[in-house]
Amino acid sequence: MPAVDIETAAAVAGDRGTGAPTLRRRPVAGASTPPGDRLFGWLTASAAYFVLILLLGIAVSMAYGGRLAFETFGWQFITGRDWDAVARKFGAFIPIYGTLVSSAIAMLIAIPTSLGIAIFLAEVAPRWLRGPIGIAVELLAAIPSIIYGMWGLFVFAPVMAKYVEPWLNDHLGPLPILGPLFTGPPIGIGMLTAGIILGIMTIPFIASVMRDVFQAVPPTLRESAFALGATPWEVVRKVTLPYTSSAVVGATFLGLGRALGETMAVTFVLGNAHDFSKSLLMPGNSIAAAIANEFTEADSDIYLSSLIALGFVLFVVTFIVLALAKLMLVRIGRNAGTKG
Amino acid sequence: MNPIVRNRQIVNGIVLVTATAATLFSLFWLVWILWTTVSQGAAAFAPSLFTKMTPPPGETGGLLNAFFGSAVMILLAVVIGTPIGVMAGTYLAEFSRGSRVAGVIRFINDILLSAPSIVIGLFVYELVVRQVGHFSGYAGGLALAIILLPVVVRTSDEALRLVPNQVREAALALGLPRWKVTTKVVYRAGSTAIITGILLAVARISGETAPLLFTALNNQYWTANLATPMANVPVVIFQYAMSPYDSWHALAWAGALVVTAFVLTLSIVVRLFFRQRTPR
Repeated sequence: MPAVDIETAAAVAGDRGTGAPTLRRRPVAGASTPPGDRLFGWLTASAAYFVLILLLGIAVSMAYGGRLAFETFGWQFITGRDWDAVARKFGAFIPIYGTLVSSAIAMLIAIPTSLGIAIFLAEVAPRWLRGPIGIAVELLAAIPSIIYGMWGLFVFAPVMAKYVEPWLNDHLGPLPILGPLFTGPPIGIGMLTAGIILGIMTIPFIASVMRDVFQAVPPTLRESAFALGATPWEVVRKVTLPYTSSAVVGATFLGLGRALGETMAVTFVLGNAHDFSKSLLMPGNSIAAAIANEFTEADSDIYLSSLIALGFVLFVVTFIVLALAKLMLVRIGRNAGTKG
Repeated sequence: MNPIVRNRQIVNGIVLVTATAATLFSLFWLVWILWTTVSQGAAAFAPSLFTKMTPPPGETGGLLNAFFGSAVMILLAVVIGTPIGVMAGTYLAEFSRGSRVAGVIRFINDILLSAPSIVIGLFVYELVVRQVGHFSGYAGGLALAIILLPVVVRTSDEALRLVPNQVREAALALGLPRWKVTTKVVYRAGSTAIITGILLAVARISGETAPLLFTALNNQYWTANLATPMANVPVVIFQYAMSPYDSWHALAWAGALVVTAFVLTLSIVVRLFFRQRTPR
C-alpha cells in the first residue's frame, strides 16, 4: 500500500497539472532579498537538484563499474550465452532473456486482472465496498517482496510441481507450437512460477492507477452514455477506455517497470540456472536475480564488473519503460485538464 | 425481449462476472500469502526471537541483532533522507511554481521512485563499500535513504501544494520573509501529510532486501558499530530461507511475520490517520 499510494499519486494526482496558484513575490524596486530567504532558497534548490544528480550518479556509476565488462566483451555481453566464472567469459543473454520472459508472463496475468479489478470497482462494486476492496488490493503491494519469495519457494512452487506443471505437461506439451514451452520436469522452480508471482506482485500497481484514472473520467460523459441505454460494459468500452487509453497503457508500463526490476521474489523461485531453455518449466535466471545471487561470490574484477554491467542494462531498460509510462500518464493529465 | 438487447445484456453480464472474478482472484493470493505467513510465522514465534542472537545452524536463537540492525539502519535512512526530501519537496512546491526545471525534477523523482532497488544497492556499493573497502551499516542506511528520498520528495511536494495560498499571502502581508512563511506557517499546515509520507516511506524500506545485500551485508553477532557489516531482518530472512536447515527456516518465517505485521500495520494505521485528517 505505501508504494502504491505513492505510485498512484505520482501517476495521477500530481500530474494533472493541479498546481496551486503561482505565488511569486516580486521584489519591490530597491528592496533586496533578505539573506535568510536567499539561504533558504539556495538550500531547497540544492536539495531538489540533488535528486537529479542522484539519478545521474546512479547511471554514471553503473556505467563506470561495468566498463571493464563492456570493454572486454563489447556487444557479446548482451548477445553471448556463456556465463562462466571459471573461464571468465560473461555474456548476459540468459539473464536478459529471463527478465523479459518472466516479465512478459507477469504482464499476461497482471494486465487483464488489473483491468478486471478496475472495472469491478467502477461498475460492479457498491460504493461502500470500493474502499475496502481497493485497500485490500493495494495491500498486495505492501507485502515485502521477500515474503513473496519465501511463499513462492516453500508453498507455491510445490503446488506448481505437484498439480499445475504435470497438467501442463500432459495437456499443453503435445501441442505443435506452444508445446516446447510447457515440456520439462515438473520441479516447480522456473520461469513460469517466477512469472506468475511477479504477475501477482504487479497487479496492485497497475490496478490502482487504472482505478484512479477511471475515476478521473468526467461523470457527464459516463452518464450521457448510460442515458442512451448503454450497458455498464459498453460504457467502459466506448467511453471510459477511449478516454483513459493512454493512461491505461502508462499504468501497464509502470507495472512492467516494476516487474523488470523485481529482485527478491524471483531470486527464490528462478533457480539461478545459466543454461538456455525454451521451456518455461525449466530453471532460468534474471538480471536482478543473477546480481543478488552472485554478487558476493564474485571473485574476479571482470566477474564483478559484469554484474554491475548487468545492473546498468537493467537500469537503462527500466528507465526507458518508466519514462514512457510517465509520458503516457502525463498525457491523460492534460486531457483531463482541458476536456474535463 | 429484443434479441439485440438480450445479447448486449449477456455480454455485459459475462464481462462484469469476469471482472468480479478477477478481483476475487487477486484477493485469493493476498489471503493465501498472508495466511502462509501468519501460520508459519506463528508456529515459529517465541519470545526468544527478541532476546537472543541469530544462531548457528541447529541451535536455538532469535533475531535480536537483526531487529536492532534494521531499526538502526531505518533510523539512519530517515535522518539522512527526510531533511533532503522535505527540502526538495519545498523547492518544488514553493519556489519553482510552473518552471520547467521543476517539471524535470518531478519526472526524474518519479522514475527514481520506481527504480529497481537492487540497482540502488549496486550504486551504494560502488560509491561507498568499494571506496571504503568493507561492507557497513552506514552503507546500508544510505541505500535505504536513497529509496526513501523520492517518496518523501513526492509526498511533501503534494502536501505543500495543498496548503491554500491565502495562508501564504496572509503571512507575507504581515511582513514575514519567505523562509519564515515556509518554515513557520506552511510546514505547520502541511505537517500531517508530510509525516504521513515519511511513515509510508518507512513502511516501504522496512522490507527492502535487495539494496542491503551488498551494502550492510549481514552479521551473525551483535554489533552497534555502524562501520562494520550489520545484521538486518530482510537479509537474515533471505539467507535463512535459502539455507537447508529447518531451524533456520522457522526463524525466517518468524522474522517474515514480524516484518509483514509491522509493514501492514504501519500502512493501514497511516492510511486511517490520514483519512481522518483530510476532509473530503
